[in-house]
Amino acid sequence: MRTRADRYDSALGFTSLRGPLARVLQILLYAVLVTIFAGPLVALMVGAFSPVSDPSRLTLWPDRLTLDNFTAAFDRGVLRYLLNSFIVVGVGLLLQIMVSISAAYALARHKFPGMRLVLLLILSTMMLPEEILAIPLSLVLADVPIVHVNLIGTLAGMIIPVAAWAFSILVMTEFMKEIPLELEEAARIDGAGDLRILLTIVLPLVRPALGVVGIFGFTMIWDQYMLPLLVAQDASQFTLPLALRTLRSDEQAGLGVLLAAALLALLPSVLAFLALQRQFMKGLTSGAVKG
Amino acid sequence: MTSLREAPARLRAPAPGVPVRRRRGARAWALPWLFLLPALILFAVFKFVPMARAVEMSFHEVRPYLGDRWTGVENYTAVITDDAFRAAIWHTVVLAAGQTGGSLLIGLVLALLLEGAARHLWFVRTAVFLPTVAAMAVVAELWRIIYYPAPDGIANSLLGWVGMGPSSFLNAEDTSLWSVMTVGIWRGAPYDMMIFIAGLAGVDRTLYEASAADGAGPLRRLWHVTLPSLRPVFAILFTLAAIRGLRVFTEIFLLTNGGPNGSTEVLMTLIYKLGLERNELGIAAAGSMLLLGATVVLTLAVQALRRRESR
Repeated sequence: MRTRADRYDSALGFTSLRGPLARVLQILLYAVLVTIFAGPLVALMVGAFSPVSDPSRLTLWPDRLTLDNFTAAFDRGVLRYLLNSFIVVGVGLLLQIMVSISAAYALARHKFPGMRLVLLLILSTMMLPEEILAIPLSLVLADVPIVHVNLIGTLAGMIIPVAAWAFSILVMTEFMKEIPLELEEAARIDGAGDLRILLTIVLPLVRPALGVVGIFGFTMIWDQYMLPLLVAQDASQFTLPLALRTLRSDEQAGLGVLLAAALLALLPSVLAFLALQRQFMKGLTSGAVKG
Repeated sequence: MTSLREAPARLRAPAPGVPVRRRRGARAWALPWLFLLPALILFAVFKFVPMARAVEMSFHEVRPYLGDRWTGVENYTAVITDDAFRAAIWHTVVLAAGQTGGSLLIGLVLALLLEGAARHLWFVRTAVFLPTVAAMAVVAELWRIIYYPAPDGIANSLLGWVGMGPSSFLNAEDTSLWSVMTVGIWRGAPYDMMIFIAGLAGVDRTLYEASAADGAGPLRRLWHVTLPSLRPVFAILFTLAAIRGLRVFTEIFLLTNGGPNGSTEVLMTLIYKLGLERNELGIAAAGSMLLLGATVVLTLAVQALRRRESR
């Protein structure tokens, strides 16, 4: 039933229109929008499972399904690329979360001289993406200051630089600020040190933040392109997104292999998003959307 | 909550001049820095050192093994006067403006059409949002297939239905930049949509009712009530999109690599080629610094504008 309030719960009132004509219009519009935005991704999925020979044959309704593209893709080392991607995203995300929690604890729970400067520095790294720093960054990766290690040609070179991410630190800081100080003070009176307070009191309370930081970190690291491009020296270090370009120009591989590999590169981030959608939206709208 | 927490502190407020909280010596002072250390070291090594090196390189002719030679602003003049760089700056600005504007506009329309709490709307929004979480490399390969320039390619078949085309899309100089822009909007608009929807949820519903009582139709309501309420959202999205637009690299690298005939060459692809393929490190660094400068100026300008408006 349509109530008075209904009419005013959206700006245009389009989605709350009732009646057969409005319904048809709405369904038609939704179908068109889903086709435009999700259709190509579905076509990619269907194509990966069907015998495709050239790019004009991609369709949403295949004649028959096959796994041939995947077996051919695995023959071309796609599993290796997938494994590399998982190592980079797994270790990278773990480090990123640990670094963020640690930094956020200092920023949210302590007041110290120089804090504003630190915050400003962290914010300013958002304007220094890998793209802009590409060339000096590749020099630094080849000879890391002080320790003089060469990270070029190693997965560590793709992992360590993403371990500190301003967005993640700032979101975590926001969440930690919400925890009442009393809890911490009680523990302090009981003689608990900072590390114990962080691990036993603060950390369990910021579990929702872990979801937000986790899903954003996952999609961010999975989408990395410039950094692996700078670091990887030969195919054995390729991440899956990086390998797509090589598979495309591989004449013998064919379109089916490219589609299968592209689907494998698509699914992890899409599945992670679908699984943690609520947390994703929270991060998107948390006022920390400056990432 | 806040007052509860502050009250006891105020009760035992010490006399002026006495430190509020007794420090437990140097350990207490060093503690926050200890927790910040991992992040600060990583940022220093992978952000600030490269940044400093870029500044240094931009004033030198970089010669591996021979030592760098100071050249003053020569690299910068080379960048500004070079035709390839000028073309790249122009392409970057057109692309950033087009993608930013297009994503904002389409994102807003999507948000208005898909706003609401119903379950089916949530489903449609999720489906529409998927391009945003797909890795750029996947998106680029997918669109290369869609743009397949044969008459029976997917995009050309669609154009054929409405009596247009066939087009060469990425393969022709006069359509390549627009084709890239379309991909950017396809991936960017759903992101903007989600932020707009969050913004729309915050608009005061009584204002809608009041404007309806004053006899305003949906369109006038949109113009006078909804859009003004969304101004902060516009500002955030504009800044974000402009920053991302200026440093665009991956999609160009994969879709056209700057071609055909330089028609989609943007700053980052040009800098990448200069630096890593032609070893012109100094000039590449100068180009990066100009890009960084533009990003900073744009960000600060939007911030300043917002602050003046909110006052």
